[in-house]
Amino acid sequence: MKRSAPYLFLTPAIVLFTLFLAVPIGYTVYLAMLRTKVSGLGLGKGSRREVFVGFDNFAAAIADAELWNGWLRVLGYGTLVLVVMLGLALLFALLLDSARVRLARFSRIAIFLPYAVPGVAATLLWGFLYLPSLSPIREILDIDFLGASTVTYSMANVAVWGGVGFNMLVLYTTLRAIPRDLYEAARLDGASEFQIAIRVKIPILVPAIILTTVFSIIATIQVFTEPTTLRPLTNTISSTWSPLMKVYRDAFVTGDLYSAAATSIVIAGISLVLSFGFLRVVRNRAFGEG
Amino acid sequence: MTAISHRRPRGKAAFGGLAPTALLLIGAIYCLFPVFWVLIAATKSPAELFSTGTLAFGTGFLDNVTQLFAYRDGVFWLWAANTLIYAGGGALLSTAVSAVSGYALAKYRFPGRNLIFNLLIGGILVPAVVLAIPQYLLFSKIGLADSYWAVLLPQILHPYSIYLARIYAAAAIPDSLLEAGRIDGATEWRLMSRVAMPLMVPGMVTIFLFQFVAIWNNFLLPFIMLGDDGKFPLTVGLFTLLQSGANQPSLYNLILTGAFLSLVPLIALFLTMQRYWRTDLSSGAVK
Repeated sequence: MKRSAPYLFLTPAIVLFTLFLAVPIGYTVYLAMLRTKVSGLGLGKGSRREVFVGFDNFAAAIADAELWNGWLRVLGYGTLVLVVMLGLALLFALLLDSARVRLARFSRIAIFLPYAVPGVAATLLWGFLYLPSLSPIREILDIDFLGASTVTYSMANVAVWGGVGFNMLVLYTTLRAIPRDLYEAARLDGASEFQIAIRVKIPILVPAIILTTVFSIIATIQVFTEPTTLRPLTNTISSTWSPLMKVYRDAFVTGDLYSAAATSIVIAGISLVLSFGFLRVVRNRAFGEG
Repeated sequence: MTAISHRRPRGKAAFGGLAPTALLLIGAIYCLFPVFWVLIAATKSPAELFSTGTLAFGTGFLDNVTQLFAYRDGVFWLWAANTLIYAGGGALLSTAVSAVSGYALAKYRFPGRNLIFNLLIGGILVPAVVLAIPQYLLFSKIGLADSYWAVLLPQILHPYSIYLARIYAAAAIPDSLLEAGRIDGATEWRLMSRVAMPLMVPGMVTIFLFQFVAIWNNFLLPFIMLGDDGKFPLTVGLFTLLQSGANQPSLYNLILTGAFLSLVPLIALFLTMQRYWRTDLSSGAVK
């Protein structure tokens, strides 16, 4: 066996990693430490130059009230999405796995189907369903889905709709991989289906639930597509509704790349802290490890 | 690994299943309803959209499609073709890179293996936004921003797929087969291309599907990278359509028809490839 073979096989991945992951990350960190300095009237060549400002941009990003408001909105939205989406995914996975349910195949395919719908299209569908002039829902329920107090729930609904099926499938596939005789043993001991679900299945699912939760945390912190797509339909979503939207605005609308870079690193940092923090907490609770 | 297609054991209790079945059906209706509604909405002429019952079919479907395809000289076709190029090309390349990397990581012991694996997998945790902006700037510097490459290239490396491919290669390729090949004098390249890759095909189909859907659904990257709407994928195209039509109800039927048409290929793919959707990702067990 040639010693170089595995390295050769890994070359494409390593090159891509370097070009599209390592270099951009390094470049973001570099940009985040710069600022444009304007001298004189800011006219003419050489009057604008990049100066190194160290951690000033990070300090500004952390102190930015607009960003914090965005964080708070996303925190509310994200908690709602996580709890409802993962709760439903768990419920559906357990129901699908129970021997007594009918039409399981149809339900499984139907619930997984929104996974095939792009976020833009999903938001568009629901957005029109929320519009008073078109909505069949509005004929039954008289709620303004796009009002200032309801729009977060409406957006969370889009995310739940799009994400529940995928998470359900992850949990369901994990359940199907469990040897059936484990349940037989529990049944022989007199356990009901419900008890088996609570006492046997859920504990086995814990690692899969943790994994889906971490991925969902990372995704909800970066929410961008849904609020951006819904914006044209309502005036209750600002251009800085979520932290990521603020990054986009800073970078491409107001043209302040340095702030955008610093803010995006702060977002990355917070999502890492939240993911690892969550992992730590659940590990302590679930496995009793320090 | 046929977890999903398992036949469920028929329970004796036909009545005990009513409540669980009802709950699942409510979930199914919740998930299907918006798709069903947009199908109906796409059949309505602009006048019918606001006048007829929201759940009654209209008569304008063909007109809507014709109008949509004629919209700005058929830009919708272009968006559809672009999406196919991005998602198809990107997913093919991504699957190839992932399969070969996963194979190398699973079947060779070499210095730096864990370091390389951990680095590649660490990419999962990097938020897309940290990458998209500098990627755009770097692409602009070399003059490739607003090009097909700018959307295609960054999506080839997919840490999750490498992880999956590694698990799959470890399970699907017996060491004895590789050893036998080596004794017969096959080169490592030949072993990879003739022995390992054919064995990995079922796993590669799964990876391809997930990548295809992920790229098809991606909005942020093309939204940032592209300025010329002739290169837009459907997601960005639909967004611009919505943006220009939000205050013009006369465009609503086009937006709804466009949304519906953009769903059809993915749902068709999704339904025909049902049995390939495997997400033993969490259990880490590919059997």
